[in-house]
Amino acid sequence: MSLFLYILLLFIIIAAIIAVETKNLLSAVICVGAVGFGASLMFLFLCAPDIAITQIVVEVLGLIILIRACLSRDITFISGGREFFGVVVSVVIILVIFLAGMKVFETLPDFGTPIFAEAPEAASQTYIEKGLAKTGAANLVASVILDFRAYDTLGEATVLFTSIIGATVILRRKSKKLLEEPDE
Amino acid sequence: MLYALCFLLFMIGLYCAVIKKNMVKIVIGIMVMEYAVNLFLIMLGYRTGGIAPIIDKSQLEPSTGQLTAAFLNSSVDPLPQALVLTAIVISLGSLALMISICVRTYGKYGTFDITQIRRLKG
Repeated sequence: MSLFLYILLLFIIIAAIIAVETKNLLSAVICVGAVGFGASLMFLFLCAPDIAITQIVVEVLGLIILIRACLSRDITFISGGREFFGVVVSVVIILVIFLAGMKVFETLPDFGTPIFAEAPEAASQTYIEKGLAKTGAANLVASVILDFRAYDTLGEATVLFTSIIGATVILRRKSKKLLEEPDE
Repeated sequence: MLYALCFLLFMIGLYCAVIKKNMVKIVIGIMVMEYAVNLFLIMLGYRTGGIAPIIDKSQLEPSTGQLTAAFLNSSVDPLPQALVLTAIVISLGSLALMISICVRTYGKYGTFDITQIRRLKG
């Protein structure tokens, strides 16, 4: 069981490295697809079927959007380094986040023993025990997103709507003002 | 150890987002970081030998209708799953926004190279 997770995670990491390092944008996008579908399989092994389904749908849509960005663009091989100051700042950012992440490892629980199992007062424990009786939903994830934390889902819909409006505004060919007075 | 591999995946995404000069590569790096964080949150709620948090007939006591202790002691955490579900859908929205900015910039400057995109245009 755990072996599957290791193999899948290694596959994901290799695909991510190829996606980062390859020169061709289209192959990079396809490697991101491999990362996403690998992550979906991993969710399935981690007993999260709802997330696996959502991940597949989102991955397909995301790949379509990404391919739209690289299609019919001439492939520009970008060469040459960045200026010295930019590289230094980037390396410092990576180092700081790496050290902060290392600090977190000391406090993490072991894999397979979640924190909520030891805390009977935890919210997750309440959802598992009372979710069926209080909401009538057999799928506890659905009972959390649609009943206990329905406002989160409302906020999610709002964020999605806002981002689509933003994308529409950015991609619009011409603004209304320019249409009214086409020439100067 | 699985956490460490997840952290490695996150660092690959961060490297890609910070060092690369191609705008689409930066978007790809941000996506890889999102996958790593989602995986990590789901792993935090996983229990060894766990079962999915979905109740069917076999998990109810036949006489009282209560949940069995086996389900209570082996179900994985439903809370991170619900919140990661939200995060995945929002990541699709932000991806659409970022890619539309990239496409628009390409239309204006004819390149994805961020060092070339310097001139201000009204």
